[in-house]
Amino acid sequence: MTTEKLELFEVFVRSKRGLDHKHIGSLHAEDHAQALEYARDCYTRRSEGVSIWVVKSDDICASQEDDAESFYDPSDDKPYRHATYYVLPDPVNNM
Amino acid sequence: MSDAIKNATLEYATRLGDDSVVLGHRISEWVSYGPFLEEDIAYGNVALDYIGRARMFYTYAADLADDGRTEDDFAYMRSDRDYRNLLLMEMPRGDFAYSQVRQLLADAYYTVLLPELVQSKDETLAAIAAKAIKETKYHLRRSRDWVLRLGDGTEESQKRTQKAVDQLWGYTHELFDMDETEQLLADNGIGVDVSKLRDAWFKLVSEILTEATITVPEDSWAVRGGRTGYHTENLGHMLTEMQIVHRSYPGCEW
Repeated sequence: MTTEKLELFEVFVRSKRGLDHKHIGSLHAEDHAQALEYARDCYTRRSEGVSIWVVKSDDICASQEDDAESFYDPSDDKPYRHATYYVLPDPVNNM
Repeated sequence: MSDAIKNATLEYATRLGDDSVVLGHRISEWVSYGPFLEEDIAYGNVALDYIGRARMFYTYAADLADDGRTEDDFAYMRSDRDYRNLLLMEMPRGDFAYSQVRQLLADAYYTVLLPELVQSKDETLAAIAAKAIKETKYHLRRSRDWVLRLGDGTEESQKRTQKAVDQLWGYTHELFDMDETEQLLADNGIGVDVSKLRDAWFKLVSEILTEATITVPEDSWAVRGGRTGYHTENLGHMLTEMQIVHRSYPGCEW
C-alpha cells in the first residue's frame, strides 16, 4: 500500500496548558480521526503534548514566496506602526 | 501468602506475561513492514505496550519464584513447551487484515479482563492491570477502526477480513477456560474468573464485526492447549527467532 490515496494532514500540538498549539509536522491518514491517532503515535510518544489539532493540508491557504515583496516590504518604512516610535512623556512610567 | 496461593500466583503471572510477550513479538514483526510509515510507528507503539506489560508480569513472577531467575530468564530461557500463552497470541502475523482481526479479538479480551484484574487482592497484579487498562482502551480504538475500515472497505479487504475471522474464531474459546490454578486464585479474589467474561466479550466483538459487515462465525470448532504447553507449530519458530541472541550470548550486556 502506498500513501498516494491518503490525505496529508498538518499536526499542531499544545505542549502545556496555557500555551498555544504549535505546528509540529505533517502526516498521512485516511481521515481526521485516523490522523489524530497517528499524530498521537508519531508526535506525542514522549509526553510532548496535552492537546492535538489536525488540519487537512489542503485546507490551509498559505502566502506565496512570490508575494513577499508586496506583502511585507511596505511595512519596512513605516516605523510609526511600532510602539517604540513614540516618545512618551516622563509622567507615563509604566505602560 | 500460603505456598499453594504463591505457586498459583507465580504460574498466573507467568501465563499473563507469556500472553503479552508473544502477542507483543508478533506485532513487532510488522515493524518496517507496515502498510505506510504512520501505521508502522503506531503499531510498533502497541508492540512496546505489550512487551512492557510482559516485563511487569515476569518481574513479579521472578520475585515470587525467588530462585535467582530474572524477567529475561522467563522470556528467553524457556522453550515452547514451557510457555503457557493462549494460542491466539502465537498465530503467525499473516496479512494486515489477519493481524488486525487477531488484535481486535485480543484487545476486546483485555477490555473485559483488565477491569476485573484491577480489583485483585494482589496489589502487584492490580497495579499492572491499572496501567494496562489505559493502553488497552487505545489499542481497542485502533483495532476496532481498522476492522471497520477493512471489513466495510473494498471487496478484497472485506474478503480477507472475513477469512481472518473464520480462521481465528476457533482459537478464542480457550480464552475463557478455567483450570484448577486459576479457579483457586479466582476463589481467593486474586485471579479473574474468565469463564464469566465470554458473554461481554462476544457482545463487544460481534457488534464491531456486524458493523464491519463481517459475519460472526458459528462455534463449530475449537482448539485448546496453550495453558498446558501444547502449542501450534508456530510458537517454536517464533521463539527461536526471539531467543536466538540471548541464548547465543548468555549474560551478554550492551
